[in-house]
Amino acid sequence: MTAHLKRWWPLALLLVLIAAPYSALPLPGLLDGPLGSPGSLQLIALCLLYGGLATGYDLLLGRTGLLSFGHALYFATGLYATDLAMLELDLDLLPAALFGTACSVALALALGAVSLRVTGIGFSMVTLAFAQAGAILVQRNPGGYTGGEEGRSAPAPHLPDALVGIQNTANLYWIALAYLVLTLAVVHWTTASPTGRVWAGIRENERRVEVLGLRPYGFKLLAFTVSGALAGAGGVVYLLLTGGATPQAASSDATLALLVMVVLGGSGTRWGPLLGGVLYTWAAHRLGDLANSAAVADLPAALRVPLSQPLFLLGTLFVAVVYLLPGGLAKLPARLRTGRTPTAAAPAAALPEGAA
Amino acid sequence: MSTVVLLACTGLGLGALYFLVASGLSLIFGLMDVLNFAHGALLSVGAYAAWWAATDGGTGFWLAVVFGTVVGTAASVLLELALIRPLYVRPRDQILATVGVGLALPALLMGVWGSDARPFPQPAALSGTVGLLGATVPVNRFVLMAAALAVLVALRLFLARTRYGLIVRAGVEDRAMVTALGIDVRRAFTLVFAIGGAAASLGGALAGLYFGSVNPSQGTGLLIFAFVVVVMGGMGSVTGAAVASVGVGLVQQFANYYTAAGLGDLSVVVLLAVLLLVKPRGLTGRLA
Amino acid sequence: MSLLTVRDLRVVIDGLHILHGVELDVAATGVTALLGRNGAGKTTTVRAVMGLVPRTGTVTFDGADITGLPTHQVVRRGIGYAPEDRGVFAQLSVAENLRLAERDPDPAYDLVFELFPELKQRHRQAAGTLSGGQQQMVAIARTLLNGNRLVIADEPTKGLAPKIVTEVADVLARAAESVPVLLVEQNLALVRRIAGRCAVLADGRTAHQGDARALLADEDAARRLLGVGSHQPETTAPEGSSR
Repeated sequence: MTAHLKRWWPLALLLVLIAAPYSALPLPGLLDGPLGSPGSLQLIALCLLYGGLATGYDLLLGRTGLLSFGHALYFATGLYATDLAMLELDLDLLPAALFGTACSVALALALGAVSLRVTGIGFSMVTLAFAQAGAILVQRNPGGYTGGEEGRSAPAPHLPDALVGIQNTANLYWIALAYLVLTLAVVHWTTASPTGRVWAGIRENERRVEVLGLRPYGFKLLAFTVSGALAGAGGVVYLLLTGGATPQAASSDATLALLVMVVLGGSGTRWGPLLGGVLYTWAAHRLGDLANSAAVADLPAALRVPLSQPLFLLGTLFVAVVYLLPGGLAKLPARLRTGRTPTAAAPAAALPEGAA
Repeated sequence: MSTVVLLACTGLGLGALYFLVASGLSLIFGLMDVLNFAHGALLSVGAYAAWWAATDGGTGFWLAVVFGTVVGTAASVLLELALIRPLYVRPRDQILATVGVGLALPALLMGVWGSDARPFPQPAALSGTVGLLGATVPVNRFVLMAAALAVLVALRLFLARTRYGLIVRAGVEDRAMVTALGIDVRRAFTLVFAIGGAAASLGGALAGLYFGSVNPSQGTGLLIFAFVVVVMGGMGSVTGAAVASVGVGLVQQFANYYTAAGLGDLSVVVLLAVLLLVKPRGLTGRLA
Repeated sequence: MSLLTVRDLRVVIDGLHILHGVELDVAATGVTALLGRNGAGKTTTVRAVMGLVPRTGTVTFDGADITGLPTHQVVRRGIGYAPEDRGVFAQLSVAENLRLAERDPDPAYDLVFELFPELKQRHRQAAGTLSGGQQQMVAIARTLLNGNRLVIADEPTKGLAPKIVTEVADVLARAAESVPVLLVEQNLALVRRIAGRCAVLADGRTAHQGDARALLADEDAARRLLGVGSHQPETTAPEGSSR
């Protein structure tokens, strides 16, 4: 029976999520309004979107072992390219979304091909540099296209009526849910494929993959491109959810947020990144509300100041997870079950790199 | 002509600031393979500590700079001892931990002093300008250059003349072999963090002078350019960092002035990518 | 009574089992040779003893368990280590390389410069510009600078010209008069000349321990354990041949 439960709970959860907009269940503490209210749906939709984005990012970090500091670039590309396609090319939403995602794929393919020529921390820094270049470009508003600090709003006339207005939040919510399901499916399917097994091999030990006669480069580029495509599609969903493109989406903080989500939830696990993305997004919003609430304003400064800064709390939480909970929240049940298994006593100053 | 002189002096001042951040970053990475994403936050800590001392504390400017440097150094040492040291066997987690600190520290500063820039008190002696080859150049540019030069000389002396300097230079080449000679290399780790924190927070205190104000995200904004400098100058090379700082500062200033705004920043960032691709060994030689 | 005892030493690196149960006894006097074909696990064994790779099992030095100690503390117990790739700091001068190794208040520079007069002449030269033989001299000199109770030398003659091999062998033989040496070596003629006992590794396990000359005299055993003749035609022998 429990085996059945284990097997079917994702489907049950999905059904619950699909039905959520029809529910008026109040969840005090978790959400401000009842479950089906536009405000709640908007927040849950964002949580699901970031759950999906984090899952897609983990294709690089947890599945292939690539630490990219530039993932926000592909997210922002999907976001801005879709928006601009509607604004400047006069396309409708669907072709614009396809165009935006295609732009992300192309950019990920091109920059990935270049970035992956270096390995280790060099790769991280090249991706950071490219993403930073993108962030600067967006900020500087070249030709008036990106709108600089203000960003650009999505043009309502190009959007289907069903996606405009607060009364249609449920539709946006379902789109976010569909995006999450799509991402999970893609990640699950690719990692279970023969290619996914090569990715796992690269993560464990790239040299051994080479010994088997395979070229890791192509496999890594595939992971980078698939992950970039998922990020671009996430950008489209983000555009719909928030009604515009703003430069924060391209900032290095956006990538770091994804990194925090993945590590928080559990890198390389099936549900961890999703869990981390949902928790992080929910916490960032709720903590933001908390920061502005009267209850916090009355606290003594020593408590008020840290509590009023969501990024401080999340940064601290992140460090705590890295430090105390390697493997993230997803590994927590297993750790609790086995009791406090001592982490393998490593030779203190032994620095095993280059060991042969 | 006067524009060129002014741009050159401003570029050199900016380069001096980059050097103060990058020299420590370079030593830390060279010795420990830790890319310290919290380094910009250390600069901000120094900047705010100096600002606090100069305003609320009512100390003079120079005492405030000393105070800022001391606080930043202490924060850096604490970071190494409390977070980096326990994670030596998990190199990637070390980087992640610095990412977390790099997010949390500026947020904390923002929580305490707000997100708006705070005007940094300018001592009368340093707020004027000097005439140089027909240009009027703010004095603070020269203060930064002098500070960077002093740090460069001090670091070179430390590396060349002291036993710990010797350990650091050897550790940059082959850390494991240093331990195989019976040396507890972890002490050198703490030391380079102290040095890096000191230089960065000194840079932070002087950045207040240079920019005229302090804000929580200043340090993080400078970090990316410090990365460029570190990669360009070669990991673990203080002199290389100095040369690269000057180059990056000048290129950025001149390109920003003579071409479209922002192109200087952009070109420097793209330069980072190009450098890493052209000479990946400079960075990843030992990481592979 | 052995000075260094290794029991059931196991090493796993990146999921690969490199050693699965090495046993090793290093005699309290003279040279103990650690032999085996390429890839048998000789270098990993000494790196594990030094604490340079994660390991399990027991390593006892002079009666004390040193298995859990970090590398620098292993060394401070009195073990000098000259690694396979010599571990010379190329950017540092010869003098700096030696100074870095100083642990005793009164380092034995007299002995070192008597054995390697060349190092004194090349004091200020960057170690990276030295020849391979000279770099090996620096590596060995670093182990002799301090009053060590054991010296571990990992293939000190690898890649050296025959004349230099003889020179290095002479130094090792002389050093072994005062301090026990664990010598990883492929050059069997050299082993026959200076080693007393030996241990042979095969596929990450100890295949044989005993008297070195007795093993090398037994052609069948030598061929079986070391693949002499078929696997090491490139071995440079200082005198005579190892066949």
